[in-house]
Amino acid sequence: MGRGLVLHLCTIALLAAAFFVLPAYHSGNLARIMVLAIYAMGYNLAFGYTGLLSLGHALFFAAGMYGLSLAMTHLAIPALPALGLALVAAGVVAGITGALALRTRGVAFMIVTLMFAQAGYLTALYFSEWTRGEEGFVIPQAMRNIAGIDLSGETGRYFAALFLFAVVLLLIGALVRAPFGRTLIAIRENEARATMLGYDVQRLKWIALVVSGMISGLAGAAYALLFGYAGASFAAVPYSIFPLLYVLLGGAGTTLGPLIGAVFMFYLIDLSSGLTDAYMLVAGVVLVALTLFLPQGILGTLRKRGLPWLP
Amino acid sequence: MASVILQTRGLTKTYAGVTANTDVDFDLPAGQIRALIGPNGAGKSTFVGMLCGRIEATRGTVSFDGQDISHLPAHRRIALGIAYTFQITSVFAGLSVHENVALAARRAGGSAARVADVLNRVGLADRAGQVAGDLSYGHQRILEIGMGLAQNPRLFILDEPTQGLAESEIADFKALITGLKDTTILLIEHNMSVVMETAQYITVLNQGQILAEGTPDQIRADTHVQAAYLGTEDA
Repeated sequence: MGRGLVLHLCTIALLAAAFFVLPAYHSGNLARIMVLAIYAMGYNLAFGYTGLLSLGHALFFAAGMYGLSLAMTHLAIPALPALGLALVAAGVVAGITGALALRTRGVAFMIVTLMFAQAGYLTALYFSEWTRGEEGFVIPQAMRNIAGIDLSGETGRYFAALFLFAVVLLLIGALVRAPFGRTLIAIRENEARATMLGYDVQRLKWIALVVSGMISGLAGAAYALLFGYAGASFAAVPYSIFPLLYVLLGGAGTTLGPLIGAVFMFYLIDLSSGLTDAYMLVAGVVLVALTLFLPQGILGTLRKRGLPWLP
Repeated sequence: MASVILQTRGLTKTYAGVTANTDVDFDLPAGQIRALIGPNGAGKSTFVGMLCGRIEATRGTVSFDGQDISHLPAHRRIALGIAYTFQITSVFAGLSVHENVALAARRAGGSAARVADVLNRVGLADRAGQVAGDLSYGHQRILEIGMGLAQNPRLFILDEPTQGLAESEIADFKALITGLKDTTILLIEHNMSVVMETAQYITVLNQGQILAEGTPDQIRADTHVQAAYLGTEDA
């Protein structure tokens, strides 16, 4: 068993143990953080591993969120098949977005993905008869269970989040070690060279974006299912920026960077808002300091300074 | 005569009115080591760029092994058995030397043994674990050549491979190239000792057109070639 896999299993075990040790307030936070970390892991596959700086991942998060919640509330579809629908929705949206946006690169790609996400946000507002726009809607508590497990309760919610987090973490861990993942890294490092080695770079980038979008959609669906709410604010610009921040903080192109970044960012805002009303100022200063002194993020810096095996 | 592995007809590239190559008809027999020489700006890099698909031709055709590849994207041409090394060193700087060669070998269906073999042949085996970007310039050039070898190409296009190499490294390069079996080589080169010692046949490009073709001895004696290089008026 590789050191990377051991580290991943230990992280999962630690998160499982945390539920029994931490006070309810923090384990509640941690459930939310794990879902956000899934989102950031999906984002990291596109940005950290393939080098695709998207500013529109909220579109995929929202596609998953609405895919599940609209199916459950309007079509009375049970949670598990609704989760499958959410994955399909996010995959289709990412596939279409990718087919068009990947014709551009660099700054143009950032702008095109941002515009796609804005179009998605406005679509959610336009159909407010069903989505109830910014105000959003609640998924009936009675529906929020899978195989008899109540996902609205503290324990069910925490371990459902952990289960999904573990699946995605192990999947990404395997993916980036596999030839497919190594090739994505090669594309990030030097796209022209990868092409001249015979790799179909366009197709690989598209696949990476679709997988990334589906993982992001899974996070959106999990958020709706576990916290019982879906709203258009999750499709807005800030939700495209959050995963970028988490990944930059934790370390782009590291498997655990998204989790570390999400924990860091969540508690940075949580703690500083307890100290002052100007909590965003505190968060901002810390972010600037991190960017200045740890430009490769927390795990990226560790990997450079003595832990080269970090996955 | 051996079969022609690469053929161009009327290959032309125009950049916003400026012509880089005009109606180049070029035939490369399988198994040959061919040098492509010419003064700076003669259109050598543009020409090989059109062969491997990095540069889209304005008009004309490229055939590889009897198949018209004029409209294939670069990665499909590479998959047919063409390898290309860049004039400006282009390795995966953030990845290890071993990973660089493995990426090249894997696409061509090469095994781990092939990667080890290539690293030995180019003399980078003891640096396999190093990050490619930390290598000296000369070693990066050699890694670039090694990546091409790992692709096990039928046609190997090298764009100024010895630029910036030390004398001893150039000697190793000559031995490496002349020792390749079953590989046709098209070599852009400025170093005349490399050209004269490795090439069986030479094509001279000047102002985007073929000026002369022949054996090294014929080219050495050609007054037009001397004129193009030396700029004498009487040719």
